[in-house]
Amino acid sequence: MRIAVLLKPVPDIVEQLEVAPDGRDLARDELTYRLNEFDDYALEEALRLKAAGAAEVVALALDSDEADSVLYTAIAKGADRAIKVTGAPEDARDPRAGALMFAAALRPLQADLVLAGVQAPDDLEGQTPPLVGAALGLPHASVVTGIELSGTSVTVTQEFSGGLVAKLQGDLPVVLGVQASREPPRYAAVSRVRAAMASGKLETVAVDVPLSAPRVELRRLYKPETTSHAEMLDGATNDAAAKLAGILRERGFGGR
Amino acid sequence: MAGSGSIAVVTEVLEGQLTEQTFEALAAARSVAHALPGGEVVAVLGGAANAGLAVQLGAADRVLHLADPALDRYSPDAYEAALRAAFAERAPRLIVVPNTTVGMDLAAGLAALLGLPLAAYCVGLAADGDAVIATCQIYGGKILAEVALAGPGVVSIIPGSYPAADGRTEGTPQIETVTRAPAAPRLRLVDYSVAESGDVDITKQAILVSVGRGIGGPENLEVAEALASALGGVVSASRPVTDAGWLPKTRQVGKSGVTVKPKLYIALGISGAPEHLQGMKDSELIVAINSDPGAPIFNVAHYGIVGDVLEVAPALTEKLAAG
Repeated sequence: MRIAVLLKPVPDIVEQLEVAPDGRDLARDELTYRLNEFDDYALEEALRLKAAGAAEVVALALDSDEADSVLYTAIAKGADRAIKVTGAPEDARDPRAGALMFAAALRPLQADLVLAGVQAPDDLEGQTPPLVGAALGLPHASVVTGIELSGTSVTVTQEFSGGLVAKLQGDLPVVLGVQASREPPRYAAVSRVRAAMASGKLETVAVDVPLSAPRVELRRLYKPETTSHAEMLDGATNDAAAKLAGILRERGFGGR
Repeated sequence: MAGSGSIAVVTEVLEGQLTEQTFEALAAARSVAHALPGGEVVAVLGGAANAGLAVQLGAADRVLHLADPALDRYSPDAYEAALRAAFAERAPRLIVVPNTTVGMDLAAGLAALLGLPLAAYCVGLAADGDAVIATCQIYGGKILAEVALAGPGVVSIIPGSYPAADGRTEGTPQIETVTRAPAAPRLRLVDYSVAESGDVDITKQAILVSVGRGIGGPENLEVAEALASALGGVVSASRPVTDAGWLPKTRQVGKSGVTVKPKLYIALGISGAPEHLQGMKDSELIVAINSDPGAPIFNVAHYGIVGDVLEVAPALTEKLAAG
């Protein structure tokens, strides 16, 4: 059993984001990156499946400045192998091209299960799991909150709004977009990440992908001009809280 | 649906009903149809058993009914195969999909299989000459991308972007029924179920104190509990909190949780990802407390305080109790 997990470093959206002067990209110098949180859930789920049965977990990331750290962290958490996929003739941040690169690296791997986060903050042109599923000709499902393996078959829990869930069943291999792992993602101790880096276990696979994926024409990126904004209650904590308590009470809340 | 001017809307049927997001997608399609040459709206309805739903699709000019029993209840592989075949044959100008679980399955998969560009997370459609312009919400709603689709393409519409009422027109449009020998789906639907709650129903509460990642950890939930209790409300949460298991899934507000419209919604440490906002933005009074002054939650809140939730919330509880 081989489980491949696709990892993508993304700009940390908790930080302030600015648009580059040409309006075509983020001002990337300013950004800090972190692993896409849903990819972290996908990795956690892969490691849980590994613990529940014999499986090899292979983490893959597309070549970028942040790829090494994401991959070494995956090793530190328990991934058996980590592969950096190189060979993008242009910006691999385009999710369509990125998916083709992942697919090219996955083909020789023959993974039984391919997991990735259900979505990422920057997948304007498509989410990785369905794009990779389509590229590999494999069935796929998104918003997955449960995965059970049994021999060569898989049972998938797919979540809809309002607590509605579907159970799906099929033969491996499949590609799944993970929404949540059964347990919160584990942390990797810095010492273990260092040990992983020292081990130099990172593999590199070069792929040659004709980047003919259809793309939308990006006209501009911009920050939303908010048509409405909260009335901000400022002052020291106590003053702001007192103002808010007054407003709430005036509207009939918290009275007794 | 022959003719390059058509806008195909993928309808979503769950538990035998067309979803709210289906009507929103129809409204989105309707909003640009008139501006596109020959633009007619075609609603694509799956499932032999769902034929009766066509009477609700009056906002479409026509209905393409894929009358296959394998499509009676939604499952990703069966729908992808059926829609792929239908769209490959008919080549619509634009394919509109709600950005729900169904849309997450289908929009990118179909775009890749049909060789079409995709604009995901779309909150607005417009026409510019022959081009379709989609405005898309990325980076957790902090950035908007304006993209053009000069030719055929797929867009997925974020729920809440268009009024469902605009897509909810009674009347049966002309129906074209397609029956096709179904291929066995590779991922078979076993069953649907609704998570048993056995917990409070947050959709029925007048006052919700909702916690997000900014609360820090489960040990700090008591801060929210205390505030909720001072107000006579209950505690709900955003997705990261229930994913982490700090609160049960039944308390989750947002796209994969429930939509709430309480009289008062207090968001503690919730940044306000689009998926969360769509589940609470129609609350009567919204108050947000967050350490990030740029958090999108402040754009839907009526009142806001920038500060540490763990300091502000207890202070508020105290003031309310003292009142």
